[in-house]
Amino acid sequence: MRIPAAILTLITGMALVLLGLWIGQNINLLPVDASANAPVYDELFKVLFSIGTILFVGIVGLIVYSLVKFRRKPGESGDGEAVEGNLPLEILWTAIPAVVVLFVGIYSYDIYDRMGGMAPLNDHSMHAMGGEMEESRTWGGISPVSLESDAAAAPLPIDVTAMQFAFIFHYPDAEITSGELHVPMGQPVALHMKANDVIHAFWVPEFRLKQDVIPGQPTLLSFTATRPGRYPIVCAELCGPYHGGMRSTVIVDEPETFEAWVNQNSPIANAAPQTPVQS
Amino acid sequence: MTISLTPEQSTPLQPQGWLRYLSFSTDHKVIGLQYLVCGFIFYLIGGALAGAIRTELLTPISDFLPRETYNEVLTLHGTVMIFLWIVPVVNGAFGNYLIPFYVGARDMAFPRLNAVAFWLIPPAGLLLISSYFIASAPQSGWTAYPPLSITTPATGQIIWILSVLLLGGSSIFGGINFIATILKLRRPGLKLMQLPMYCWAMLGTSILVVLSTPVLAGTLVLLSFDIIAHTGFFNPSLGGNAVVYQHLFWFYSHPAVYIMVLPAFGLVSEILPIHCRKPLFGYTTMVYSIMGIVFLGLIVWAHHMFTSGTPPWMRLFFTIATSFIAVPTGIKFFNWLATMWGGRIALNSAMLFSCGFIINFVFGGITGVALAQVPFDIHVHDTYFVVAHFHYIVYGGTVFVIFASIYHWYPKVTGRLLNEDLGRLHFLLTFVGFNLCFAPQHWLGLNGMPRRVAEYDPQFELINQLSSVGALLMAISTLPFLLNVVLSAFNGAPAGDNPWDALTPEWLTSSPPPVENWKGEAPLVTEPYGYGTPAGELPLAATSGPELWKLGNSDQRS
Amino acid sequence: MTSLSSSESLSQQEATEAHEHHGDFRMFGLATFLVADGMTFAGFFAAYLTFRAVNPLPSGATYELELVLPTINTLLLLISSFTFHRAGAAMKRNQRALGQRWLLISAALGFAFLAGQMKEYFELPFGLTDNLFASTFYAITGFHGLHVTLGGLMILIVWWQCRDGGRVSQDNLFPLEAAELYWHFVDGIWVVLYGILYLL
Ligand code: HEA
Ligand code: HEA
Ligand code: CUA
Ligand SMILES: [Cu+2]
Repeated sequence: MRIPAAILTLITGMALVLLGLWIGQNINLLPVDASANAPVYDELFKVLFSIGTILFVGIVGLIVYSLVKFRRKPGESGDGEAVEGNLPLEILWTAIPAVVVLFVGIYSYDIYDRMGGMAPLNDHSMHAMGGEMEESRTWGGISPVSLESDAAAAPLPIDVTAMQFAFIFHYPDAEITSGELHVPMGQPVALHMKANDVIHAFWVPEFRLKQDVIPGQPTLLSFTATRPGRYPIVCAELCGPYHGGMRSTVIVDEPETFEAWVNQNSPIANAAPQTPVQS
Repeated sequence: MTISLTPEQSTPLQPQGWLRYLSFSTDHKVIGLQYLVCGFIFYLIGGALAGAIRTELLTPISDFLPRETYNEVLTLHGTVMIFLWIVPVVNGAFGNYLIPFYVGARDMAFPRLNAVAFWLIPPAGLLLISSYFIASAPQSGWTAYPPLSITTPATGQIIWILSVLLLGGSSIFGGINFIATILKLRRPGLKLMQLPMYCWAMLGTSILVVLSTPVLAGTLVLLSFDIIAHTGFFNPSLGGNAVVYQHLFWFYSHPAVYIMVLPAFGLVSEILPIHCRKPLFGYTTMVYSIMGIVFLGLIVWAHHMFTSGTPPWMRLFFTIATSFIAVPTGIKFFNWLATMWGGRIALNSAMLFSCGFIINFVFGGITGVALAQVPFDIHVHDTYFVVAHFHYIVYGGTVFVIFASIYHWYPKVTGRLLNEDLGRLHFLLTFVGFNLCFAPQHWLGLNGMPRRVAEYDPQFELINQLSSVGALLMAISTLPFLLNVVLSAFNGAPAGDNPWDALTPEWLTSSPPPVENWKGEAPLVTEPYGYGTPAGELPLAATSGPELWKLGNSDQRS
Repeated sequence: MTSLSSSESLSQQEATEAHEHHGDFRMFGLATFLVADGMTFAGFFAAYLTFRAVNPLPSGATYELELVLPTINTLLLLISSFTFHRAGAAMKRNQRALGQRWLLISAALGFAFLAGQMKEYFELPFGLTDNLFASTFYAITGFHGLHVTLGGLMILIVWWQCRDGGRVSQDNLFPLEAAELYWHFVDGIWVVLYGILYLL
C-alpha cells in the first residue's frame, strides 16, 4: 500500500508542475510588447507565473484535501496523532523555498542585467548632455538594452519635464518641444527627466518601464521601441488632484516617418529665417 | 502580579458593568475589548470610505467625488485601515486580552501605561476624521510623500501627522508593555519555549514596533517642520531631498506590514491546533522563523522604492533580502499544513476563516515575491497590482484572521457561542466578495491602470465594475457578522468554560474570566499544544479550581 | 515628543504599586523605551548623514562648526553623568544630604549645558531655514536639548524626593535610578551627536 501512495504523490506533483508550466506559458495577462526589454520582461513574468501557480495550486490542493480527508466525522471524537515535528520534513520545506527564491533572485538579476538596469548610470549619460544640467548627478533608471551592443545607433536624447499635470518633451538636437513623445522604432532613446514641482512617474505599460521623475534629482530612462503604434504614457505617482488625468501618448514611428515628423516640426530643419520660439 | 490587589480594593476604583468599557480601566481584558470595538468602528468607517472609492471607480470619469475629495478619501481609507483597525486590533485587542493569560499573569506589566496607550487611539482617530470637516483631509496618500505632502493644504496634513504621531506613541507604549509582560511577567516555572506561539509573535512584533515606529515619528516631525516652518529637509526646491523621506518612511512602514501580520500568524497558530486536535507542528522552527522575519523585515524597506532612483547595488540587495522573507514565512505555512494533516478537523467558522487566510495569504505572498524582483516591479510599481497584492495580505490575511479569532474567542469573552450558520454565510460572502474585488485588480495593474486615480482608461471599466461588485459583497457580508455578534450575546447557546476543549491557559478559567483571570493561582501550562496525548498524561499543574481540568473526559466534546 | 507622556505614566504606575515587589521590570520598561527613543535619534542621524553624502549645500554654507563651546558642553555633560552616579551611590548608602548635593550639582551642570547650547544658538551664523545643514543641526540638537531639559527637571524632582521623608529611600530607589538611566542615555546620545555633527 505504501508504494501506490508514493507514486500517486509523484504523479500529482508532476501534473502540478506541468499545469503550472502550461498556465505560465499560455495565459497571457500582459499588454502587447513594444520595447526591446518588454519580451525580456515577459519571459520573467512567465517564469514567475509558473512558479506561483505551482506553489499556489499545490498549497490550496493540500488544504482542500486535508479539509476533506481529515474532517471530523459526525459523532467522532478524540484527537489526531500527537506529531510535534519532523526534522527532515522541516528541512525540506526550508530548503525548497530557499532554492526557489535563490533561483528567482538570480534569474531576475540576469533579466535586469539584460534590461541594462545594472549599468552604472552616472557616467556616460550625463557626459552626453555636455554638462548642460546644473545638478551633478543622475539617479536610477534603466539603461538601453542595445546601448552597448549597437554602438552605431547612438541614443536619441530627449528631455522630459514633468509638472502638475503634464509631461513636456523637448528634443535638444532638433529643438522641438512637444506634448507627445515621438520616437523612432529601433533606435535607443535616452530620456533625461526632471520634475518641476512634485514627484511624478513616467510609465509606458507596453514598454514595461517606469521611472519616477523626482524634483531635484534628474533621472534617466532609456529604451528602444520595437513596435510602431500609439501607447499611453501614464503618470504613476500620486501628484495631486489631476494625477489620474496626467497622461500623454508615445508614438512609435518607422524611422522615416519619425524623420519626417522632425523635419516638419523642427525650427532648425525648416531653416527658416525666424528665430526658434521654443525655449 | 498584582496578587496583593484584592477585588475589594479594586472594585470602588473602576466602574462596573458595561460602563467600564468607557472608562480608564486597567483590566487587560477590558482594554482588549476596548481596542477591538474601537477598531471595528474604525473598520466600518474605513470600509465606508472604501465604498466611496469603489463607487467612484464604477465609471472611468471622475464623477462621484470631486478630485481632491477622492484623494482625501483614499488617504483616510489607508490611514484608518492600517493605524486604526489592523494595528490596534491584532496587537492591542488580542494581545491585551490573551498575553496575560498566556504568561500566567493577572494583568499586563504596566496596566496604567496600557490604558493610556488605548485612550490615545479614539482621540487620534477622531482628530484624523475630523480633519475632513475642519479644513480638508490630507490628500497625499497614506505614504504622505513630500513634496506633494508639503504642497497640499497644510491643515489636513498637519492633523494627519499629529494623529499618526499619537497612534505611533500608543503603539510604542503597547510594544514596551508586551515585551515586559512576555519576558518579565511569566509565571514562575514557565519557560520561554513553553509559551503559546502568539506570545512569540507578539514579542517579535513588539520588537519591530519599538525599533521602527520612533523613526517614523522623527520623520513626521521633520515633515511637519517642512510644512510649518518652511525648512527644507524633504523639499528639493529648498535644497532638500525627497527620497530620504521615502527611506525613513519605509524603514517604519515595511516593518509595519509585519506588525500587521505577525500577530495574525500567532493567532492562527493558536486556532489551528485546537480545531484540528493536533499539536502545533514544528514549534521550534516556528519561533525561529518569527525571529527571522523580524530580522529580515528590518532590512528590506527599499523594495518600495525601486523606481525612486535608488542605485543598482541597493536594488539588488533589497531584492535578495526581500525574496528571502519567503523562506521563514514558508516554514510557517508548511507547518500549519502539517498541523492540519492527519487531524480531526472541525470545519467551523473559525477554521473556515483560518483556511481562507492561508489561501489568500499565500496568493498575496507569491505576488509579493514577484514584486520583490526589481525588473518585475519596474512595470507594476504604483499600479493596481500592488493594491491587489496588499489587500490580499491585509484583508485576505489579517482581516480574515481577525474574524477567525472573533469566532474562536467569542465564547471565552461572553460565555456564549456564535451562530454557526450565520458564521458560514459570513465566510462565504466575505471570501467570494473579497476575491471578486481584488483578484481582477492584478490584471488591471499589469495592463496599465495606476493606483490612486479617480479617472482611468475606459478599457478598464468592466473589470473595475466587477471589482466594485466584490466590494459590495464584502460590505453586505458585515451584516450577518454584526447580527451574529449582537444577537448571540443575548441568545447564543451557552458555551461553558471550555467549548473547544482547548489546552491554552485562557480556556482554563471560567467564561467570561473573573477580574483577575483566575480564582486561585494561575495554572502552569507547559504544553499548550498537547493534543493527542492520552488523557491524564499531560503535566498540568492546574491549581485554580475543579472546573479547570475536566479534560480527562475529552470524549464529550461536541 | 513621546518621552514626556511615557515618563509621566511610568511614574503614575509606580505610585500605585510602590509597595509591590516587582520594581525590576519598571527599569526594564524604561530601558525598552530608551531603545525606542534612541531609534528616533538614529533616524535623525541617518537622515543627516545621507543629506551630507548626497545633497550639496548652497555655496558659502559649510558643515564646519565652532568647536570650543560644544566641547566644553560635552565635558559638562560627561561630568554630570559622573556626579549623578555619585548621587545614586550616596543614596544607596542612605546619605541623603550628600545625595541631594550631588543631584543639585548634576542638575546645575545640565542647565549649564543648556545655557551653553543657547549661547551657541545665538552665536551661530545661520538660522533654522538657511540651508539643509542648518535645519538638520537645529532639529537634532533641539531634540536633544528637549531631552536635557526634561532630564534636568526630572533631577530636580528626584532631588525633592530625596529629602528626609521624601519618596526616594534606600528601599525605593526607582525614581532615582530611572532618572539616572535616562540621564546617562541622554549623555550617550550627546556623545554620538557630538561625534557626528561636530567632529565629522
Ligand atoms: C500585512 C501586510 C503585508 C505583508 C505581510 C506583506 C508581505 C510581503 N510583501 Fe508587501 N506590501 C504591503 C503589505 C504587506 N506585504 C503593502 C501595504 C504594500 C503597499 C504599500 C504602499 O505602497 O501603499 C506592499 C507592497 C509591497 C512591495 C512594493 C511594491 C511596489 O510598491 O512596487 C513589495 C516589493 O517587494 C512587497 C513585497 C512583499 C513580500 C516579498 C512579502 C513577503 O513577506 C511575503 C512572504 C510570503 C509568502 C511568499 C507566502 C508563503 C510562502 C510559501 C508558501 C513558501 C514558498 C514560496 C516561495 C518560494 C515564493 N510588498
Ligand atoms: C489595512 C487594511 C485595509 C483594508 C482592510 C482595506 C479594505 C478595502 N480596501 Fe483598501 N487600502 C488600504 C488598506 C486596506 N484596505 C491601503 C493602505 C490603501 C492605500 C491607500 C493609499 O494609496 O494611500 C488602500 C487603497 C485601496 C484602493 C485603491 C485606491 C486607489 O489607489 O485609488 C482600493 C480600491 O479598490 C481599496 C479598496 C478596498 C476595499 C473595497 C476594501 C474592503 O475590504 C472593505 C470592506 C469593508 C466594508 C465595505 C465595511 C462595510 C461596512 C459598511 C459599508 C457600513 C457603512 C459604515 C458606516 C455607516 C459608518 N483600497
Ligand atoms: Cu503626475 Cu501623477
Ligand atoms: Cu514592504
